Amino acid sequence: MHKSIETINERIRDGSARVVTAEEMPAIVSELGEEGALKEVDVVTTGTFGAMCSSGAFLNFGHSEPPIRMERIWLNDVEAYGGLAAVDTYIGATQQSDTLEDQYGGAHVLEDLVSGKSVELRATSRGTDCYPRRTITTELLLEDLNQAIMCNPRNAYQRYNAAINTTDRLLHTYMGTLLPDSGNVTYSGAGLLNPITNDPHLRFIGSGVPIFLCGAEGMVVGEGTQHSPGGGFATLMVKGNLKEMTPDYLRAATMTGYGVTMYVGLGVPLPVVDLDVVRATAVRDEDISVDLVDYGVPSRSRPVIRSVNYAELRSGAVEINGEQVRTSSLSSFRKARQVAAELKGWIEKGTLQLALPTRPIDTTKTVHPMHEKKKGPRVLDIMDRQFVSIGESEEIRAAAQKLLKGETNHLPVIADNGKLAGIVTTFDISKAVANPGKACTVKDIMKKKVVTTTTEEAVDIAVRKLEQNNISALPVVDKDRHVIGMLTAINLGKLFGGRWLK
Amino acid sequence: MRLLVNFSKKKGTAPIIAQAVKDTGVLINVERAVIDSSEGEALIEVPDDQCKLIRSTMTRLGATVRQLEHGIGVDMSECVDCGACISVCPREVFSFDADYKLVVAEDKCVLCGKCIPACPHKALSLPV
Repeated sequence: MHKSIETINERIRDGSARVVTAEEMPAIVSELGEEGALKEVDVVTTGTFGAMCSSGAFLNFGHSEPPIRMERIWLNDVEAYGGLAAVDTYIGATQQSDTLEDQYGGAHVLEDLVSGKSVELRATSRGTDCYPRRTITTELLLEDLNQAIMCNPRNAYQRYNAAINTTDRLLHTYMGTLLPDSGNVTYSGAGLLNPITNDPHLRFIGSGVPIFLCGAEGMVVGEGTQHSPGGGFATLMVKGNLKEMTPDYLRAATMTGYGVTMYVGLGVPLPVVDLDVVRATAVRDEDISVDLVDYGVPSRSRPVIRSVNYAELRSGAVEINGEQVRTSSLSSFRKARQVAAELKGWIEKGTLQLALPTRPIDTTKTVHPMHEKKKGPRVLDIMDRQFVSIGESEEIRAAAQKLLKGETNHLPVIADNGKLAGIVTTFDISKAVANPGKACTVKDIMKKKVVTTTTEEAVDIAVRKLEQNNISALPVVDKDRHVIGMLTAINLGKLFGGRWLK
Repeated sequence: MRLLVNFSKKKGTAPIIAQAVKDTGVLINVERAVIDSSEGEALIEVPDDQCKLIRSTMTRLGATVRQLEHGIGVDMSECVDCGACISVCPREVFSFDADYKLVVAEDKCVLCGKCIPACPHKALSLPV
């Protein structure tokens, strides 16, 4: 049996279409069977509500008198793109305020506009014969704009990896607060309600397809940036009229330590035309697996701890090495349900009919990493190969002499087996001299917990280690923990004026 | 019942909590304490029926005692029910109900504030 999209739209028009949400579908299929579900259900609605950083809007302000060709543009102190001719701009959700930093950003500007608040426009120009005006400052409401078109380059991720932190340090990431020592797990995504998960071969999601976008009827433009359906991470580029949106489904947010982002409510209706649609929309949370990834490793390829499914994540805790670790969702399942339910209401009322994609979206490609012709500096490039070290059983006095002679503030301490045992600084020695006690050898006063780096580590990562630990030197060790160099704050000076900044 | 006890070093360094336990025999549970050079604050839990006794004893020993009626505050107009706070709270104050709406067990909250930076929507705040 096959149902045409025309039949479905006819039913929508006469009010007889049976519309259900993707959450209701698994139970319907197990009750009526696949054939029965195909006969019974005409449309399945999906929904998601979560942080979608790659979002923003095109705005057209209209011309001022005398006219200006805006070159630099700020909305409530948030800079918007000025390379789109006279009075157009694109404001990106994650752009931060020049004054309030991560407390206010592009997402907040969009939320304020949608909430009916006025926003200060400030722009500058060099002035031309046709556009003589050089500056403008004014207050604008959303209704004052000619166009306000939300256009989000990357929304509606098919799924997203869950996050954990195996380090001993609290991390603030775009995946939220990650407690040390695998203290919690965070995840994002609506699971069985996710739009693309219910149409993984993108048969009905493509250019021109009507969608729910932040409370307005929007549409799919095409594949999103970083679209990677080959690996199960398809994305969509979408657009919609900001003027029709509501703050119920468009919320600015700040991920502490990461920055501003925007929560977007997005839903796609799927026509139930054949058994393949029935099977795809019967997907359950337990069928959708993602990797649980260690965000403690600051690299593009982070280690995977295990695979987890959305049913486990949503249960409140997942098991890791025999322990129950609590989970936090960053997206809102309750809001995702509301999106799917509102979309269902629109179709039941006949205000939204379905359309097939005018162009298909690629279903096989995978995203590749950045093509970097020039590698950034590594520790190897700037570390000191000449350094002074000391044995752990030497006297404190010897350490003091070495520090003086070597004109350094840090001495790596080497154990008898040749491996790094600790570190002593001028501070440790001053302390030992000022408060003479039982301590007489280096071993007694050294710090045993040493933060280290390796030759291949990116300098930026090593710099974060220095900052986070409030220290000024890192011993460079090989895989056997033999010290082969030192990286100090002084070495970082080599970066300036060197070839790395050219 | 939870009491917020403030003590100032100007009034001496007497072990107020220990003294109160000794004098009254009431078992006090210290939920959280912050002490710096000039003053200190402790959040203590005492049985409801002995709250009055502890309060007067500690006040007599020089502390300022105030009953804590509220836990962490949630601005429901900002909250989107994401649940980012749930796994961060050491006292399991936050949970979802059957409809995935955030539920706050205020009585479990010890006002540590760890959830505040974890909330993407700035919906959480300590009571004033």
